[in-house]
Amino acid sequence: MTQVTEVTRSIDARGMPCPGPLMSLIGAIREGSIGDVIEVLSTDAGSLTDIPAWVTKASHELVSVTETDGATSFVVRKMR
Amino acid sequence: MDRDDDRLSLVLSSGTDDRLTGAAVLVVGAAAMERKVEILLQFWALDSFRADRITKDHGLSPEAGTEGQTLWEWHEGMHWSEMLRQAKEIGDVSIHACSLSMDLLKIAPEDLDPLVDDVHGVAAFLAAAGAAITFV
Repeated sequence: MTQVTEVTRSIDARGMPCPGPLMSLIGAIREGSIGDVIEVLSTDAGSLTDIPAWVTKASHELVSVTETDGATSFVVRKMR
Repeated sequence: MDRDDDRLSLVLSSGTDDRLTGAAVLVVGAAAMERKVEILLQFWALDSFRADRITKDHGLSPEAGTEGQTLWEWHEGMHWSEMLRQAKEIGDVSIHACSLSMDLLKIAPEDLDPLVDDVHGVAAFLAAAGAAITFV
Protein backbone atom coordinates (compact mmCIF):
# COMPACT_ATOMS: atom_id res chain seq x y z
CA MET A 1 0.00 0.00 0.00
CA THR A 2 1.29 3.50 -0.81
CA GLN A 3 1.73 5.80 2.15
CA VAL A 4 0.22 9.23 1.56
CA THR A 5 1.83 12.17 3.30
CA GLU A 6 -0.81 14.57 4.54
CA VAL A 7 0.20 18.20 4.41
CA THR A 8 -0.56 19.99 7.68
CA ARG A 9 -0.02 23.48 6.33
CA SER A 10 0.64 24.86 2.86
CA ILE A 11 2.37 28.19 2.22
CA ASP A 12 2.17 30.01 -1.09
CA ALA A 13 5.47 31.89 -1.34
CA ARG A 14 5.34 32.22 -5.13
CA GLY A 15 6.67 35.59 -6.29
CA MET A 16 8.63 36.17 -3.07
CA PRO A 17 12.30 36.93 -3.67
CA CYS A 18 15.12 35.15 -1.82
CA PRO A 19 15.19 34.53 1.17
CA GLY A 20 11.40 34.99 1.57
CA PRO A 21 10.26 31.40 0.86
CA LEU A 22 12.91 29.95 3.21
CA MET A 23 11.95 32.42 5.95
CA SER A 24 8.26 31.52 5.51
CA LEU A 25 9.15 27.83 5.88
CA ILE A 26 11.24 28.48 8.99
CA GLY A 27 8.38 30.47 10.52
CA ALA A 28 5.86 27.69 9.83
CA ILE A 29 8.20 25.02 11.22
CA ARG A 30 8.73 27.07 14.38
CA GLU A 31 5.00 27.49 14.89
CA GLY A 32 4.19 23.85 14.14
CA SER A 33 4.41 20.65 16.21
CA ILE A 34 6.76 17.71 15.70
CA GLY A 35 5.46 15.51 12.92
CA ASP A 36 3.72 18.38 11.08
CA VAL A 37 4.20 18.40 7.32
CA ILE A 38 4.67 21.83 5.75
CA GLU A 39 4.48 22.53 2.03
CA VAL A 40 6.06 25.65 0.52
CA LEU A 41 5.46 26.75 -3.05
CA SER A 42 8.31 28.87 -4.40
CA THR A 43 9.31 30.48 -7.70
CA ASP A 44 12.65 31.69 -6.31
CA ALA A 45 15.55 29.77 -7.92
CA GLY A 46 17.55 30.16 -4.70
CA SER A 47 15.06 27.96 -2.85
CA LEU A 48 16.23 24.91 -4.86
CA THR A 49 19.51 24.90 -2.94
CA ASP A 50 18.54 26.96 0.12
CA ILE A 51 15.61 24.93 1.39
CA PRO A 52 17.36 21.50 1.21
CA ALA A 53 20.48 23.01 2.87
CA TRP A 54 18.45 24.46 5.72
CA VAL A 55 16.33 21.33 6.19
CA THR A 56 19.51 19.22 6.52
CA LYS A 57 21.17 21.70 8.88
CA ALA A 58 18.07 22.00 11.05
CA SER A 59 17.61 18.17 11.10
CA HIS A 60 14.13 18.06 9.60
CA GLU A 61 13.03 15.77 6.77
CA LEU A 62 12.69 16.82 3.14
CA VAL A 63 9.80 14.60 2.06
CA SER A 64 9.65 15.74 -1.56
CA VAL A 65 10.64 18.38 -4.09
CA THR A 66 8.26 18.60 -7.07
CA GLU A 67 7.98 20.93 -10.04
CA THR A 68 4.41 22.15 -10.51
CA ASP A 69 3.69 24.57 -13.35
CA GLY A 70 6.40 27.17 -12.98
CA ALA A 71 6.81 26.73 -9.23
CA THR A 72 8.56 24.21 -7.00
CA SER A 73 6.77 22.50 -4.14
CA PHE A 74 8.90 21.59 -1.12
CA VAL A 75 7.34 19.27 1.44
CA VAL A 76 9.08 19.21 4.81
CA ARG A 77 8.35 17.23 7.97
CA LYS A 78 9.16 18.86 11.31
CA MET A 79 11.35 16.39 13.21
CA ARG A 80 12.30 18.26 16.40
CA MET B 1 30.68 25.08 20.53
CA ASP B 2 31.69 28.61 19.60
CA ARG B 3 34.32 28.25 16.89
CA ASP B 4 35.40 30.91 14.37
CA ASP B 5 34.00 29.00 11.39
CA ASP B 6 30.59 28.84 13.07
CA ARG B 7 30.39 32.62 13.19
CA LEU B 8 29.62 35.43 10.78
CA SER B 9 31.23 38.70 11.81
CA LEU B 10 30.29 41.83 9.91
CA VAL B 11 31.36 45.43 10.18
CA LEU B 12 28.71 47.55 8.46
CA SER B 13 29.93 50.99 7.48
CA SER B 14 27.88 51.88 4.39
CA GLY B 15 24.37 53.09 5.17
CA THR B 16 22.72 52.69 1.76
CA ASP B 17 19.72 50.40 1.37
CA ASP B 18 21.41 48.11 -1.20
CA ARG B 19 24.44 47.41 1.01
CA LEU B 20 22.29 46.97 4.10
CA THR B 21 19.95 44.62 2.22
CA GLY B 22 22.90 42.53 0.99
CA ALA B 23 24.21 42.32 4.54
CA ALA B 24 20.77 41.47 5.96
CA VAL B 25 20.37 38.57 3.50
CA LEU B 26 23.69 37.15 4.74
CA VAL B 27 22.68 37.63 8.36
CA VAL B 28 19.28 35.99 8.01
CA GLY B 29 20.90 33.08 6.12
CA ALA B 30 23.57 32.67 8.79
CA ALA B 31 20.93 32.74 11.54
CA ALA B 32 18.92 30.07 9.69
CA MET B 33 22.05 27.93 9.35
CA GLU B 34 22.62 28.25 13.11
CA ARG B 35 25.71 30.43 12.86
CA LYS B 36 26.30 33.01 15.55
CA VAL B 37 26.36 36.53 14.07
CA GLU B 38 28.25 39.54 15.41
CA ILE B 39 27.65 42.93 13.78
CA LEU B 40 29.38 46.23 14.45
CA LEU B 41 27.67 49.33 13.06
CA GLN B 42 29.92 52.20 12.06
CA PHE B 43 29.34 55.63 10.58
CA TRP B 44 26.65 55.73 7.87
CA ALA B 45 25.35 52.26 8.67
CA LEU B 46 24.86 53.33 12.28
CA ASP B 47 23.10 56.49 11.12
CA SER B 48 20.62 54.35 9.15
CA PHE B 49 19.71 52.50 12.37
CA ARG B 50 18.27 55.63 14.02
CA ALA B 51 14.80 54.67 15.28
CA ASP B 52 13.09 57.61 13.59
CA ARG B 53 14.44 56.89 10.10
CA ILE B 54 15.30 53.19 9.88
CA THR B 55 12.65 52.48 7.21
CA LYS B 56 13.15 55.77 5.35
CA ASP B 57 14.94 55.88 1.98
CA HIS B 58 18.70 55.56 2.55
CA GLY B 59 19.61 55.70 -1.15
CA LEU B 60 21.84 53.32 -3.09
CA SER B 61 25.60 53.07 -3.44
CA PRO B 62 27.07 55.13 -6.34
CA GLU B 63 27.70 52.13 -8.62
CA ALA B 64 23.95 51.49 -8.81
CA GLY B 65 23.59 54.34 -11.33
CA THR B 66 20.26 55.31 -12.87
CA GLU B 67 19.56 51.82 -14.19
CA GLY B 68 20.21 50.26 -10.78
CA GLN B 69 17.93 52.84 -9.21
CA THR B 70 15.09 51.80 -11.54
CA LEU B 71 15.65 48.08 -10.90
CA TRP B 72 15.73 48.71 -7.16
CA GLU B 73 12.35 50.42 -7.26
CA TRP B 74 10.94 47.20 -8.74
CA HIS B 75 12.36 45.09 -5.95
CA GLU B 76 9.59 43.70 -3.78
CA GLY B 77 11.69 42.04 -1.12
CA MET B 78 11.44 42.54 2.60
CA HIS B 79 13.02 45.65 4.14
CA TRP B 80 16.50 44.98 5.55
CA SER B 81 15.42 45.98 9.06
CA GLU B 82 12.62 43.39 8.97
CA MET B 83 15.07 40.72 7.75
CA LEU B 84 17.37 41.55 10.68
CA ARG B 85 14.41 41.35 13.07
CA GLN B 86 13.57 37.87 11.76
CA ALA B 87 17.24 36.85 11.98
CA LYS B 88 17.30 37.88 15.66
CA GLU B 89 14.11 35.90 16.25
CA ILE B 90 15.42 32.66 14.82
CA GLY B 91 19.10 32.86 15.68
CA ASP B 92 21.88 34.26 17.84
CA VAL B 93 22.48 37.70 16.32
CA SER B 94 24.14 40.56 18.21
CA ILE B 95 24.16 44.09 16.83
CA HIS B 96 26.54 46.59 18.41
CA ALA B 97 26.95 50.31 17.82
CA CYS B 98 30.53 51.54 17.40
CA SER B 99 31.35 53.90 20.24
CA LEU B 100 33.45 56.27 18.07
CA SER B 101 30.64 56.56 15.50
CA MET B 102 28.12 57.33 18.26
CA ASP B 103 30.32 60.27 19.36
CA LEU B 104 31.02 61.48 15.84
CA LEU B 105 27.36 61.41 14.74
CA LYS B 106 26.14 62.67 18.15
CA ILE B 107 23.83 59.67 18.58
CA ALA B 108 22.56 58.66 22.02
CA PRO B 109 21.71 54.96 22.69
CA GLU B 110 18.00 55.87 22.98
CA ASP B 111 18.07 57.33 19.43
CA LEU B 112 18.72 53.86 18.00
CA ASP B 113 16.23 51.23 16.88
CA PRO B 114 15.78 48.36 19.40
CA LEU B 115 17.53 46.08 16.87
CA VAL B 116 20.79 47.52 18.26
CA ASP B 117 21.73 45.66 21.45
CA ASP B 118 24.45 47.86 22.91
CA VAL B 119 27.43 50.16 22.33
CA HIS B 120 30.82 48.49 21.88
CA GLY B 121 34.38 49.65 21.62
CA VAL B 122 36.46 47.99 18.91
CA ALA B 123 38.34 45.68 21.30
CA ALA B 124 35.11 44.25 22.71
CA PHE B 125 33.82 43.67 19.19
CA LEU B 126 37.04 41.96 18.08
CA ALA B 127 36.95 39.74 21.14
CA ALA B 128 33.44 38.59 20.16
CA ALA B 129 34.04 38.51 16.40
CA GLY B 130 36.93 36.03 16.07
CA ALA B 131 39.49 36.09 13.28
CA ALA B 132 37.50 36.63 10.08
CA ILE B 133 35.65 39.92 9.62
CA THR B 134 33.69 41.04 6.58
CA PHE B 135 33.55 44.79 5.99
CA VAL B 136 30.57 46.19 4.08
